[in-house]
Amino acid sequence: MLEKGEIAPNFELNATPDQKINLKDFKGKNVVLAFYPADWSPVCSDQMALYNEMLKYFNKYDAQIIGISVDSVWCHLAFEQDRKLHFPLLADFEPKGEVSKAYGVYDDTVGESKRALFVIDKEGKIAWSYLSPTAVNPGADGILDALENLNKS
Amino acid sequence: MSTLKPEVSSVDHIQGPSTASIEIVEYGDYQCSHCAHAYPIIKEIQETFGDQIKLVFRNFPLQESHEYAYAAATAAEAAGLQGKFWEMHDALYENQYRFADDLFEELAETIGLDIEQFKTDCESESINKKIEDDFESGIRSGVNGTPSFYVNGNKFDGGPEDLFEMLKESAK
Repeated sequence: MLEKGEIAPNFELNATPDQKINLKDFKGKNVVLAFYPADWSPVCSDQMALYNEMLKYFNKYDAQIIGISVDSVWCHLAFEQDRKLHFPLLADFEPKGEVSKAYGVYDDTVGESKRALFVIDKEGKIAWSYLSPTAVNPGADGILDALENLNKS
Repeated sequence: MSTLKPEVSSVDHIQGPSTASIEIVEYGDYQCSHCAHAYPIIKEIQETFGDQIKLVFRNFPLQESHEYAYAAATAAEAAGLQGKFWEMHDALYENQYRFADDLFEELAETIGLDIEQFKTDCESESINKKIEDDFESGIRSGVNGTPSFYVNGNKFDGGPEDLFEMLKESAK
C-alpha cells in the first residue's frame, strides 16, 4: 500500500456512464480517496452514508471525497441514487482493480478493493494513508486529522 | 482505538449519578432503526446496573438518510431547555414508527411542555449549534454509524447486546 510522501498515481475512471474523472482534475485541491469493497454491502453503505453527511467538513478543508470500488458504473449509479450520495463513486471495473492495484490495495483473493483511505494534498502527494480491516468502517476522524495537519503545514 | 472528544461535561445530557463508575456515551439518531433497537437494551442496562451507570446522549443525525432525524434532535434539545430532555428522548424512540411533521409538537404536549416556548426554541440558533457540535464531536471521536457507544471514554466496537454482555462479564 502506498504511504505518506509518495506521489499519488494518476488515473482516469468513470464516475457515471458518460463522465470520467481524472485525478489531475483536482490539482490545487485536497483529495480523499476511499477504496471500499462493494456497493450495497452493510459496512460500505454505512461508510459512504457517513461521508455523505460530512461534505461540509470536507469543503471546509478544501477537500474532495471520492469513493472507488470495482463495481460497474451502473451499479454505482443505482447505489448513489438509492442512498442520495452527493459525491462521486468511481468504477475501477475495466481492467478490473487496476487503480486499486496501483495504490496497493487490491485484494486478489476476493477480487475487490480493500478498505483503504488516502488523503492526497494539493500537489498530488500522499499525505496520509490507512488500511482498515475489511469488516470495520474506519469512520472519519483519521481523515479530518490528516486534513487538519495539511492546513497547518 | 478511538476516544471520546471532548469529554463529557455540563453541556451534555446526563442520566445517572456523576459518581457512577461506568460512563456510557451514545451517539444516536432518533430516526435510526438500530438506535430504536438499542433503546430498550440501554434501559435494561440502566435497570440492571442502577447507580453504577451514567448515561450520556449526543446527537448524530444522519440527515441525508433520515428525513426527520434533525427535527427530532431539535425537539429533544428544545425539551431539554424545559428540563425534559430524557422524556422527549424516550418519547421519540417509542414513537419512531410514526415520525411525521406534526408528531413532535404532539409529543411536546404529551410530556407537558410549554408549546409556544418549545416552538420558539426549536428554531433557535443555540440548539442548531448544539446539534452541530455534537455531530462534529462524534466525527472527531470516530463515530462510524449509529448508534456508537463509548465506555469510560473509549469507543466500544459492538452493538447494544455486546455492550450488555461486556458489562455483565466485567461485573462478575
